[in-house]
Amino acid sequence: MKCGGCVAVCPFQALELVDFPEVDDRCTSCKICEWTCPVRAITVDK
Amino acid sequence: MSENFDVIIVGAGPAGSCAARKMAEAGLNVMVYDRRAELGTPVRCGEGINGNAEEVIGNIPHRAICARIIGGRIYAPNGRMLEADVTKTGQKGGYVLDRKVFDKWLAREAARAGAFIQANTLVTDLLVENGRITGVKGKRWGDPFEARAKAVVCATGAESRLGAQSGLKTHCSMQLVDTCIQYEMSDIEIEGQSDWEKFLHLWVGNKLAPRGYYWVFPKGDGSANVGIGIVPSNEREKSALYYHEKFLDSHPGLRNGRILEVKGGVVPVGGLMQDMVVDNFVLCGEAAHHVNAIHGGGIKEAIFSGRIAADVIIDCMQKNDLSKSALSMFNLRWWEERGRRLRSVEKVREVFEKMTDDDFNMLADAITAEDVFDLARGEKLSVLAKALMKQPGLLGLARHLI
Repeated sequence: MKCGGCVAVCPFQALELVDFPEVDDRCTSCKICEWTCPVRAITVDK
Repeated sequence: MSENFDVIIVGAGPAGSCAARKMAEAGLNVMVYDRRAELGTPVRCGEGINGNAEEVIGNIPHRAICARIIGGRIYAPNGRMLEADVTKTGQKGGYVLDRKVFDKWLAREAARAGAFIQANTLVTDLLVENGRITGVKGKRWGDPFEARAKAVVCATGAESRLGAQSGLKTHCSMQLVDTCIQYEMSDIEIEGQSDWEKFLHLWVGNKLAPRGYYWVFPKGDGSANVGIGIVPSNEREKSALYYHEKFLDSHPGLRNGRILEVKGGVVPVGGLMQDMVVDNFVLCGEAAHHVNAIHGGGIKEAIFSGRIAADVIIDCMQKNDLSKSALSMFNLRWWEERGRRLRSVEKVREVFEKMTDDDFNMLADAITAEDVFDLARGEKLSVLAKALMKQPGLLGLARHLI
């Protein structure tokens, strides 16, 4: 759905919503974006 | 077109467009950029608004109103229903909007006042020169662009990173957001209620919607926004979607409906910011967490927030002083006019979040739907405190309110 919730909750501002969520090097695999995604569409595998 | 403006607003939602309209009416040269190709889309909202918002923005055009609402029905976990028809007490009631039409109308009103509006323009960064924010940069039709202004207003919503670039603490912690999913459905009904389309319907309970609620907001002709907001948890299988589908399964009148649109999003329901300005920069609307923490409604708060930002910037422009110190009037005025009330609402939410389903059932016997609406406005917290005090185990929560 690309709702952007993952971007809002990322504590490290490591996510950007382009065509799909992209994480950059600031991602610490905290998985908060995974838990917040209303449809659990994100898997942090980093 | 010149790329120099008095004010650049990023985001053409209710906060951005209302701010743009007011500043353009005051004679400022205002540009509004929005990343979306079509303003108002995608809808991430239950689309409900209190009718008294019209006192601020003028009459909402009929084409933007899907349904007129006279009150609400709130359902406790044990099924007990509380009903309030606010029109019986002389209040105006509310509307369920078509945000796609409503947001464009607000933008058109801003344009009519003289503001420039540019959709399909992605602002990626603040332009900072000599330590001060002097504009924005981004992409328009895929090509990089820069634009400068004396002031930048960030009205991007919660999902943008732009506000954080200013140095303000905009992050929403996971405990202070609701994760939401909503279907726009047709051909639905609420069992046993022939008049269901006149009311907003809210179900509460931790089994049903942990630390949130389930809603049906009628949109006319047997259709409605049907959705849920919960506080996210790290239990893998229990997403908002999981609870949403579970609720539909237990309500055949909803389950048999047709799904016209699927919407999702995250709503900040707390974390009100003390400081929302830096030199030449103001953060407003949902980007500044200006949302009612009880029901997650943000349209009206965004309108107020945008207009207060506009007032302050107009005044600062006249004094030719857009320093943080001068713009801090936004912090003062917003907290005075909206923040205190929203802080009270936050307190009520903090209490609700700690309540069990049995507590909610007890509360449904002790207070009325009108009381709930008062609480959602940040009023009459003492009514809730008194009800909680009747239960020895809830005295701590009562104290929190007082």
